[in-house]
Amino acid sequence: MPRYFTDEHEWIDVEGESATVGITDYAQEQLGDIVFVELPDTGTQVEKGGEAAVVESVKAASDVYAPITGEIMETNSALEDDPALVNTSPEEEGWFFRMTIGDSSELEGLMDDKAYKTFVDSL
Amino acid sequence: MNAPNKSGWKPEMSPAEDGLHNGPATTTGNRALMLEEPLIFEIGHAETTGVDLPEIDPDAPNRLGGFERSKPIGLVGLTEPETVRHYTRLSRQNYGIDLGFFPLGSCTMKHNPRLNEKVARLPGFADIHPLAPQQTVQGALQVIHELGDWLMKLTGMPGVAMSPKAGAHGELCGILAIRAAHTARGDAREVVLVPESAHGTNPATAAFAGYKVEDIPATPEGRVDLEAIKARLAPDVAAVMITNPNTCGLFEKDFREIADAVHAVGGYVYCDGANFNAIVGRVRPGDLGVDAMHINLHKTFSTPHGGGGPGSGPVVFSEALKDFAPLPIVRKLQDGDGYELVEEEQREHRGQSFGRMTAFHGQMGMFTRALTYMLSHGADGLKQVSEDAVLNANYVLRSLEDILHAPFADSGPCMHEALFGDKDFEGGLSTLDLAKALIDEGYHPMTVYFPLVVHGAMLVEPTETESKAALDEFITAFRSVTERALAGDESMKQAPYYAPRRRLDETAAARKPKLAWEEPEG
Amino acid sequence: MRYLPLTDTDRGEMLAKVGAKSIDDLFVDVPEVAQLDGPIHDLPMHASEMAVERHMKTRANKNLSAGDTPFFLGAGAYRHHIPASVDTVIQRGEFLTAYTPYQPEIAQGTLQMLFEFQTQVARLYGCAVANASLYDGSTACWEAVAMAGRMTRRKRAVLSGALHPHYAQVVKTMAQFTGDTIADNLPAIQTEPDNAGLMSRIDDETSCVVVQYPDILGRIPDLSELAEAAHAKGALLVVVNTEPVALGAIKSPGEMGADIVVGEGQSIGVGLQFGGPYLGLFAVRDPKHVRQMPGRLCGETTDAEGKRGFVLTLSTREQHIRREKATSNICTNSGLCALAFNVHMTLLGEKGLRELATENHRLACKTADRLEQIPGVSLLNSLFFNEFTVRLGGKLAREVVRDLADKGVLGGVSLDRLYPGVEALNDALLVAVTETTTDEDIEALATTLEEALA
Repeated sequence: MPRYFTDEHEWIDVEGESATVGITDYAQEQLGDIVFVELPDTGTQVEKGGEAAVVESVKAASDVYAPITGEIMETNSALEDDPALVNTSPEEEGWFFRMTIGDSSELEGLMDDKAYKTFVDSL
Repeated sequence: MNAPNKSGWKPEMSPAEDGLHNGPATTTGNRALMLEEPLIFEIGHAETTGVDLPEIDPDAPNRLGGFERSKPIGLVGLTEPETVRHYTRLSRQNYGIDLGFFPLGSCTMKHNPRLNEKVARLPGFADIHPLAPQQTVQGALQVIHELGDWLMKLTGMPGVAMSPKAGAHGELCGILAIRAAHTARGDAREVVLVPESAHGTNPATAAFAGYKVEDIPATPEGRVDLEAIKARLAPDVAAVMITNPNTCGLFEKDFREIADAVHAVGGYVYCDGANFNAIVGRVRPGDLGVDAMHINLHKTFSTPHGGGGPGSGPVVFSEALKDFAPLPIVRKLQDGDGYELVEEEQREHRGQSFGRMTAFHGQMGMFTRALTYMLSHGADGLKQVSEDAVLNANYVLRSLEDILHAPFADSGPCMHEALFGDKDFEGGLSTLDLAKALIDEGYHPMTVYFPLVVHGAMLVEPTETESKAALDEFITAFRSVTERALAGDESMKQAPYYAPRRRLDETAAARKPKLAWEEPEG
Repeated sequence: MRYLPLTDTDRGEMLAKVGAKSIDDLFVDVPEVAQLDGPIHDLPMHASEMAVERHMKTRANKNLSAGDTPFFLGAGAYRHHIPASVDTVIQRGEFLTAYTPYQPEIAQGTLQMLFEFQTQVARLYGCAVANASLYDGSTACWEAVAMAGRMTRRKRAVLSGALHPHYAQVVKTMAQFTGDTIADNLPAIQTEPDNAGLMSRIDDETSCVVVQYPDILGRIPDLSELAEAAHAKGALLVVVNTEPVALGAIKSPGEMGADIVVGEGQSIGVGLQFGGPYLGLFAVRDPKHVRQMPGRLCGETTDAEGKRGFVLTLSTREQHIRREKATSNICTNSGLCALAFNVHMTLLGEKGLRELATENHRLACKTADRLEQIPGVSLLNSLFFNEFTVRLGGKLAREVVRDLADKGVLGGVSLDRLYPGVEALNDALLVAVTETTTDEDIEALATTLEEALA
């Protein structure tokens, strides 16, 4: 199951026809304590680079962008009760949403974990 | 450094290990004059009341037709002595200007003269109805008209709208007038330019009025980038919104040139008047090419902030915009000396007005206070106000810049507020820690983390109602906490130690919001 | 100047410290074109406290105060007795001269007060959560329409014809700029509110139905059927209340199915003040909707020692963080008016509010009965709380109001003042009665009205 990363600090796991999206450990560390995650409605069409979710700390609200084009299939309802999952398990239990893969060629421009690590180190 | 008071008593410095914290615990949780106070819901009762009203007669005729309340409301009451004590105790957990220095940048926390309070409570102002027949409220209309006249003369602008209820409402008023003016000439425009150092209300207002907001960068010296504005100006730009003096505490030198350039492409200039206190009586925004500007009566003209309002935000307009001002308006009658309230939405009266923004005529209770303030100061006193406010801020700036990062100290004199940043702090300490340490020293902190263009911004606005002795005392305290921050003093991370509460858990408050009291279960 | 502590000696020393020769050096960045050569010419110079007070008193004395005369005005602003201790509390400098509680450790007084206030408003409205106030009822009404738009992602609001016309105008003013469509009409001048007409205007594009309770004519609409009709079309029910005292006697909007309840809080603790400052109340029935609310919210938490305390919370909705994506541009609200409400409501309590409401209603019934005896006067309402509409048999109500005022009686608000030029409404008079109304007042109104109609 390949995992890709964006320069907006999202990760995307591709499983066949669909993909799971969340924010990276680096991102959650920068944001601090997450207090709320505003997730899209299922069925929403999102475009690569378009706003898909909002993640909030006490003093900031940050947009989370769709890493690829597609339709939202499912969102992580556990975040409603426990937004801290984004802090404690950003790249597993703290996932944001699953989506269809509208155009698999969009994945090609994304980073793999090694490239992302290099990217983060350069910041 | 001058001593705080050359002849008088000076407090002893508190011992390092403070007795308050080493003393025995108290049964009540109180610490002498620091008194804990429950919520009214924890001490009141449904059947207790602090007013004497007739008992309910269940057999009295009624015209409620089945809509009578059957369930309890869930309110509790206290008798008058309990009520007065409850709120007196709560009040003592608050910091106010009456208690001490309150240098909250951009908020102009100056002394609130008590004559203003007395005047606002005269029954002729406090006890009149907004829809009373106009022949019975001529004095009230006169006050609105007089205050409007003062505002126009102080700003050098020919029009005024008195009804906006606060600064942000005034911003909305100005932007809506701009939109109406463009619409009236069939000129649809989509963009409002806002500097990145602007108050959050600016972009929020422009967006609320249906505009797309674009940021304008600042120059390294802390002013709006004239070239960037010029480069962006085009016929799709409806307006620029600029705060002058700006939120970095600097006068926008190029304001007139920016205004001319904006006008040249058919746009309008909105000036955020939050910082008018720096120039009142000395500079008229109308002379700088402003088309609309709101004036926070609760800042410059000293109506009390009251823990978050009420404010009042009249807007002055240029010739180009004044006919678009919202209703109602107060007019002096052509014949005789009376006043008329034009509130009707009938065509012949409405003219080009963009409509009504609020149910009645604005914040009358603030108008009486502000006019009282203006009359007390007069044209000469108001000029002295801005000069002393600017002098006090420069004095603070030059007394701290040697130890505290002052990003724009070389950009010339500051206006009524001085801006600092936390970049030299050690040991992971930040502006927040310094602010909390200042609380322990007995001060309300300055504005923190605003404007966003400076890391760990600290915006200090002393206002003109502080004496030199008060400033010297503050500077001494500020220097001491700055030195601790530069040395990485770990203990600051837990400050404040001596406030009614230690640092509060804002993360928990936001994760599981508890926004109303609920009876404990069981 | 009595408010300016700096002496000329101080100024000289301070100028030296900052390296300026004169104060003009500190204003060098002001372009020459905007430099004035002295105090602004056509304004007076400073004046003593005594002189200013005298000046302002001459203005105040030209007004006829409500307390000095038989008084029956309402229509969104009501004269109630405010206990003396309310003003004592709000004049305490720690409340009066505090700012928005940005530093919670030294603002617990304001914050705890706001938490109590939010709880009182939520309970009064039958809602889960209320905010820490908005400017006034009319702007709160627009904020509710805007919130309903965000929640339903629809842009068409349906206003009841019996919504306060100034509130409707505020909504329409704002909608011109936001692209919302506002469907409104004039009030039907009939005994009962026109619920059927209102419901027939709800469609699949409707974001919300806005109804006033009691309405502008003083009638009491059945909210339950409106809630049902709105919800059936996926729309929200927004209920506007301009007289909170009424909710001591009639069912809360929340318990009848309102989704958003907004209103004017002026009646409790805040005087008439010629229209402002007033107190906007805003509440939602379902706590899930809290993140779409405008304005400040105070929440409970604990401090580092585990003690209970309060903070402003969910600030990411607000302009200072979200900027152009904020739920509203509001910043300063009506903090001190919220305190006055909180103190007055604490003095009343459940018992006092119910008694106050009952007394208002009793006197209103008595006044209506008395006015109905006057030839040419007919009572419109079948139901009302403390305000009702009478028709004056074809006489222009606005002129009658002026005649009464000339005789020292403030007899009510003519519908012509609220709906200028609408012929069908111009013989109607709104009469409001509160606990401050005496039997002598009622008689004075009846007598002068009878004379005016004769």
